[in-house]
Amino acid sequence: MNLDSLLPNLGEWLRGTGPESDVVVSTRIRLARNLVNYPFTNRATHHQKAEIAGRAKEALVKADLPYKLDYLDISGLSPLDRQFLVERQLISRELAAVLDGPRGVALDGKESVSVMVNEEDHLRLQVLRSGFSLDEAWQDIDRVDDALEARMTYAFHQQFGYLTACPTNVGTGMRASVMLHLPALGLTKQIDKVFRALQKINLAVRGLHGEGSRAFGDLYQISNQVTLGKSEPKILNEIREVLQTILQYERQARAALVKERKQAEQDRVARAIGTLGSATMITSEETMELLSAVRLGIHLNLIDDLPATTVNQLFIHTQAAHLQKLMGQPLDGEERNAARAKYLRSKLRELGSHQR
Amino acid sequence: MKCQFCDNPATVHVNKYVKASKKMRELHLCEGCARKHNLIPDQPTPHVDLKALLGLLIGPSQAGPGTVADTAALTCPACGLKYGEFRAEGRLGCPGDYDAFKAALEPLLERIHRSQTHAGKAPRTARRAADLADLRRRLAAAVAVEKYEDAARLRDLIRQKEASDEPR
Repeated sequence: MNLDSLLPNLGEWLRGTGPESDVVVSTRIRLARNLVNYPFTNRATHHQKAEIAGRAKEALVKADLPYKLDYLDISGLSPLDRQFLVERQLISRELAAVLDGPRGVALDGKESVSVMVNEEDHLRLQVLRSGFSLDEAWQDIDRVDDALEARMTYAFHQQFGYLTACPTNVGTGMRASVMLHLPALGLTKQIDKVFRALQKINLAVRGLHGEGSRAFGDLYQISNQVTLGKSEPKILNEIREVLQTILQYERQARAALVKERKQAEQDRVARAIGTLGSATMITSEETMELLSAVRLGIHLNLIDDLPATTVNQLFIHTQAAHLQKLMGQPLDGEERNAARAKYLRSKLRELGSHQR
Repeated sequence: MKCQFCDNPATVHVNKYVKASKKMRELHLCEGCARKHNLIPDQPTPHVDLKALLGLLIGPSQAGPGTVADTAALTCPACGLKYGEFRAEGRLGCPGDYDAFKAALEPLLERIHRSQTHAGKAPRTARRAADLADLRRRLAAAVAVEKYEDAARLRDLIRQKEASDEPR
């Protein structure tokens, strides 16, 4: 698989469609699985990791699924390609840069399914869907799980369920998360209230890139903490219920913005587009903050000549590894900021000329 | 202006409508006192530091003197990991640890998940084994109370299941 072929695509999670896509960017479910008769990855020898990777690769490539999975050996990828996969949410930062030894990832062509091999657990299955679609994501990942289980024996315990390297994942091994764009709750300073309520009911809130990352561009991930003692449908239902409330809050806050300070919002959005289209140096953080304003402007109908998918495209293409692939050369921090600004200028000019 | 609760400079100013007296009340506090009274949130974006949380959870518990030292020496016969090492690193060594450390892990799982028993999906082979065990239990119970018709029906079910679900 040539990774550069993915570059022009948006990937499943950035299609910008799907249910509730005005607020919910994407849905992700992951399952942690381990093979019997091997130590967990952190205690496995190089030889054992190679064996696990070999067995996993065989099962993944031959899996009885309606689509084909391609297996990539991480150690065979350049640091840039690895970062590229991290930015596309297909592998973790740990698999890319922290862990060593034989490890890999299997991907489908739509970038909806990915299976990491020899991450913290032997297998980390993941399904990404655009918008809010927990049921579809669960059906997809359940099927991948069944197909792999038919070719490998998982470590499963009658009492504790699927066994994992960290006891925080044992049981279902499932972490379901939804990525939300909550600019209006941020603007109206209600976001902390929402988070406090979530933590009371054992749901975690994180930034874009998972554990410990800051929430840039008003993007937040909400996920379940508990994996033991509740069935998968029950956990998904709990997230669904909470999400309905958050959706309602965000939409109310958006409606209030339009009602009470439409002119000011219009100005903020126009200035954001202005800065994106004329800056000569811009960081990825500032780009994300400005794109957040533009995205909100689109959903509030304050601008009508920019489709939401364009915002997603600018969002992914301005991240470090994507930018360097687009420019066809490695760039250091300063050069990246200049290249990012140049890319944004040309893209927005291109769009402007299409409209007129 | 000084904080109304201590002598620090007041940096948080609140206008609060008091329903009982139907009056606006002004509050002037320092940041520390405002936090203490839950007027401002602790952190704008709360992050859960999983490692710290786990450390807190698996650290010495109030289970009583002696137990910590006892569990720390527990060793997994399969991978050689000691429970004390797990406590330091936060990661288990192999699937066998769950049986080797069962006594220590159960209270830990209770604290993390408020549960000690899995509910939900199981691999096909485990589902079949659990179903068969359940049927056999019911068969033994039926025989014990001399309900032979039920027993015959259960025996047929077991045979059927054993034959049909053979691993391919």
